Amino acid sequence: MTIKKFMFVNRKAPYGTVYALESLEVVLIAAAFEQDVSLAFLDDGVYQLKKGHSTKGIEMKAFEKTYGALDDYDVNKLYVDQESLAARGLTTDDLCVPVEVMSRAALGKLIEDQDVVLSF
Amino acid sequence: MLNIVNKSPLDRGSLDSCLQAAEGGAILLIEDGVYGATKGSAGEAKLKAAGGKFKLYALGADAEARGIADRMMDGVTLVDYTGFVDLVAEYKTCQSWL
Repeated sequence: MTIKKFMFVNRKAPYGTVYALESLEVVLIAAAFEQDVSLAFLDDGVYQLKKGHSTKGIEMKAFEKTYGALDDYDVNKLYVDQESLAARGLTTDDLCVPVEVMSRAALGKLIEDQDVVLSF
Repeated sequence: MLNIVNKSPLDRGSLDSCLQAAEGGAILLIEDGVYGATKGSAGEAKLKAAGGKFKLYALGADAEARGIADRMMDGVTLVDYTGFVDLVAEYKTCQSWL
């Protein structure tokens, strides 16, 4: 099978909409087909990686652990926009998985370099 | 009046509209609206700038789900669903800034 570079661009906060969860579902599908998968997190998407989700009170499935499991699927290219973190008072210490932090411009270049871009 | 905001302030203008238009009373942040009251965020600055014009509340379950219950700015009271109902009953009218 031809391996393509898949980039998932995540820009929505978790739980308020279903985008974050749906993105993860498709990431796992792409990984199952052994594609070259990357994930970008910018704008409110960086909130997806905020550690310490406890969703009992809103009776929704917490999917924080799924980000930690991505490495088991050889998905380990996670890129986070520095400006988006800063605007939200967050640092990498607040995140549940190791990521590479970069500028918005660098992230843009990375997205440009992909074969397939999926937007969430 | 009770003002309810359910959108992240960095994604939508709901909190801005509320702060600009509402006369006073209370603001209850729910769903993604709770991000507005996190320490060090752009929303915190806006809420602080509004001064003591509003009593500030956030729904605890939504803050906990998002991992930010321990990051709420000073002056925000976390309420549970019963507290939500109490607030709706306490104020004569209610505006949801959807």
